Amino acid sequence: MALQVDDAVAGETPGHAHPGRRGVPRRAGAVRRWFEIALLAFLAVVMLFPVVWMLETSLKENRDVYAVPAKLLGFDVTFDHYKDVFIQRGGSGASDLATNFKNSVLVAGLSTALATLLGVPAAWAYSRFPIKMKKDQLFFILSTRFMPPVVVVIPIFLMYRDLGLIDTKLGLILIYTAFNLPFTIWMMKGFVDEVPGEYEDAAMLDGYSRLEAFFRVTLPLLVPGIAATAVFALIFSWNEFVLAIFLTSSESARTAPPAIAGLIGGTTIDWGLVAASAMVFAAPVLLFAFLVRKHLVAGVTLGAVRR
Amino acid sequence: MARIQITDLHKRFPDGTVAVEQLDLAIADGELFVMLGPSGCGKTTTLRAIAGLERQTGGHIDIGDVRVDDLAPAERDIAMVFQFYALYPHLRTRDNIAFPLRAEGLPADEVDRRVAEAARMLQLEPLLTRRPSRLSGGEQQRVALARALVRQPEAFLMDEPLTNLDAEIRADMRTEIKHLQARLGTTMVYVTHDQLEAMSLGHRIAILNKGRLEQVGTPMEVYDRPATLFCARFIGSPPMNLLPVEVADGALRGTGGLALRPPDGLARGRAVVAGVRPEALELVAPREDAVPARVVSEEALGDEVIYVVEAGGQDLRVRMPPASRFEAGSAVGLRHTGGPPPVYDPQTELVVA
Amino acid sequence: MGAIRAQGLHKRFGDVKALDGVSLDVPDGAFYVVLGPSGAGKTTTLRAIAGLEKLDIGSVHLDGLDATRATPAERDLAMVFQSYALYPKRTAFDNIASPLRARKQTRSEIRTAVERVAGLLHIERLMDRKPSQLSGGEMQRVALARALVRDPRAFLMDEPLTNLDLKLRVEMRTELTRIHRSLGRTFLYVTNDQVEALSMADRIAVLRAGAVQQVGAPREIYERPVNRWVAGFVGSPRMNLLPCRPEGGELVGEHGWTLPRPRWALGESGRPLLLGLRAEDLSLDRRDASASLAGELYAVEPLGDRTLVDVDVGGALVKVKARPGTGGAQGAPLQVAVDLDRAHLFDAETGDAITR
Repeated sequence: MALQVDDAVAGETPGHAHPGRRGVPRRAGAVRRWFEIALLAFLAVVMLFPVVWMLETSLKENRDVYAVPAKLLGFDVTFDHYKDVFIQRGGSGASDLATNFKNSVLVAGLSTALATLLGVPAAWAYSRFPIKMKKDQLFFILSTRFMPPVVVVIPIFLMYRDLGLIDTKLGLILIYTAFNLPFTIWMMKGFVDEVPGEYEDAAMLDGYSRLEAFFRVTLPLLVPGIAATAVFALIFSWNEFVLAIFLTSSESARTAPPAIAGLIGGTTIDWGLVAASAMVFAAPVLLFAFLVRKHLVAGVTLGAVRR
Repeated sequence: MARIQITDLHKRFPDGTVAVEQLDLAIADGELFVMLGPSGCGKTTTLRAIAGLERQTGGHIDIGDVRVDDLAPAERDIAMVFQFYALYPHLRTRDNIAFPLRAEGLPADEVDRRVAEAARMLQLEPLLTRRPSRLSGGEQQRVALARALVRQPEAFLMDEPLTNLDAEIRADMRTEIKHLQARLGTTMVYVTHDQLEAMSLGHRIAILNKGRLEQVGTPMEVYDRPATLFCARFIGSPPMNLLPVEVADGALRGTGGLALRPPDGLARGRAVVAGVRPEALELVAPREDAVPARVVSEEALGDEVIYVVEAGGQDLRVRMPPASRFEAGSAVGLRHTGGPPPVYDPQTELVVA
Repeated sequence: MGAIRAQGLHKRFGDVKALDGVSLDVPDGAFYVVLGPSGAGKTTTLRAIAGLEKLDIGSVHLDGLDATRATPAERDLAMVFQSYALYPKRTAFDNIASPLRARKQTRSEIRTAVERVAGLLHIERLMDRKPSQLSGGEMQRVALARALVRDPRAFLMDEPLTNLDLKLRVEMRTELTRIHRSLGRTFLYVTNDQVEALSMADRIAVLRAGAVQQVGAPREIYERPVNRWVAGFVGSPRMNLLPCRPEGGELVGEHGWTLPRPRWALGESGRPLLLGLRAEDLSLDRRDASASLAGELYAVEPLGDRTLVDVDVGGALVKVKARPGTGGAQGAPLQVAVDLDRAHLFDAETGDAITR
């Protein structure tokens, strides 16, 4: 049964006697609130500390990075590490990392675009048309995402070797699209289901063809859904590590995650560079997700409430 | 004693909307009390306030002799039936009905006894082992009713329980609810937007509009003498004819020549609105003592015919027996056969006589 | 111009047979209502005629031409949906203009046509609003305007008044009838509300579980239903149906009552029948009636212009239409006078009416 607790009453209208919280004395409520705040603050510190530490590391001079005891505050800020991310040491043009970042942008961007471009019409077809064994088909499509990519890395590697796709950006784009597609279909189908088919019926009776009806009426209404789906697909492609590290080796094809991981190892580790690279790597996705944050909520809560 | 007293009820939501302005209602013990009005009039909010699901911003609610303002819903000894049945989908009928009793901690044999009795009263015996997904809408609503019944509460609260059912089933359920309430004698507060349902079920009806009370009365009181123009427009299907008339020469005279018997005490020359029910008018062949009119349309409904006629520039609805045959477009005579109609002030919209 | 003929329509959705051989013959210019309970297949029939639903078997002819394979756009029909289906991001004007824009008419043509239709339905001041800013009744008028703005072969309407409140519904019924008369075009109207059907239709086709039960004028359907099911569905309150058997010169009811056997009720004794009595053919007033049922008061429903009294006759509930103001105590003994000349008889097994 739907219950609605109306807490906003207290204090709303002066002049009306408000009988106070039902059954719970005031003081006990305050203690509970402080406890909640303390707990949340603790959790926040635990979760954010690594990020904050990484940010600081990326801005510290090398001597501060290795300082003992570790310096939390009161260090000199330098942007050298960020410079090193993009420019070759010694000042001779773009660094290798810069190339890796470029590759990441290309691969993630194109695979997301492709997965969305193919996924939206497929989702629409699944939503609108009676297809034989639709539920089984959809389950099969979803099931490909049950397994972690690492499970199929070796067969893919062998396949790619025969096709000459090893160590190519194209290879990565294709495999990321393949992994994103089931997800985009599933998520977009949910969004398409929410748009009543009657708009398309009305458009067809108005005189448009089925396809015109889709483009004119349904597609504009799907934009929030497409945004949400694209963000999730982008996050997967951008962060993907296992397939990238197995299927690429040279700098020209490698994306950022394996490259940044490659910075750790050997005799001395340039932690400043690692931290700066990680920050640069995280920034675009955070920004993108922030821009479409409203649509993200819709994507996550889709279909949760049944009327 | 389960009378319900609502005093000075006021509900304002956080976003500023005032759902209930200032409501005073006295519901008698054992009464089937209906709150009727269009959506947004405050009837559901009031019901939820009685239940404890909404907290009023002002005023008091007493159930029996207890002031329940600070009590949680579970403590108010009321049972509620919702528009969407709200049956637990994973439980069989028998367990759905038993649920509130088990939640209260009643002994198992008492639970079984009460469930059996409720099932018998609502003819659910053959359906006790089914799950909600295998029940029709009407059957689900009966199960919801049974679940409310078993608690033997001080009062039943019903929030438009029949709205989602097909017309046929709705009529049957109406009779059942009416009969059940009469047998049990439990106070029932029933909310609906369907004026036919309100008329058919209620001992008394409270008509609400925009958070205010327009009228309280028995169905016939509300039908024969609506207290405001809003009530006059809301009750009755087809709706009451509202005719602008003037008091002149001992009668209420409208355009087109219609003359109605005036109620006592109205000043001469006063412009008022007279409420004339379709059954208080009749159509005859054009003749001397009848106002000339023209048939605009006819609706033959089987057991009666509703005519829309135009007289003196105004459309009126007339109720006639099924055998009558006046063609659309034909000229007819219009006569008023009822007594003095209720008369309203066009500015205040209140009944004046 | 607007004759529609649907023949032998069959349509299955998974396990469910939605249409089981539906045939309709809609004459040009008629207000033709398909009436039936929810799930009867009325919407599916309408959508099949519109071309939105593919048929398993069957054909649709528009003005004598086979339109079974034509797209919705080619059929030149206009439809008003139950949920209105107004494009949510466009203004009322754009919604109404949509069919004309699809046909690539000029801007001035579109403007003239939209204004004309807006005037017809009194919605001129709503043109700049979006559907979310309109009330239910206003949205319905815009949906209607969108259908009326061109001059289609016929109008299809899928329960357009269902979502409106009572007062609006009554008003719109009169208005639709008026519009139909002034346009002279075919209206194919689908509803589950028998009052709507009786009040507006030239012809009614009663549909149940994907099959047509009866087709005829409203009066005919009401006064001469062909089976117990149509008899029970059309008319409010529902027709009382009492199981009984003819025995000699009497009808013996299963619930212990007896009535004189009507002269026209031929048939062997002992055959199980259903006696159909409409509430308005029963009366609590006549004391000296030769045909009457004895019972107890079960419930009283005052409806304003009439009162419905539910009488418990030996365990069967019989609804009687009584004068307004009729009252009584629960369980009070009552005599219900029966007008046998207006009674109906149905075969209890087949449900078919026994004709006079």
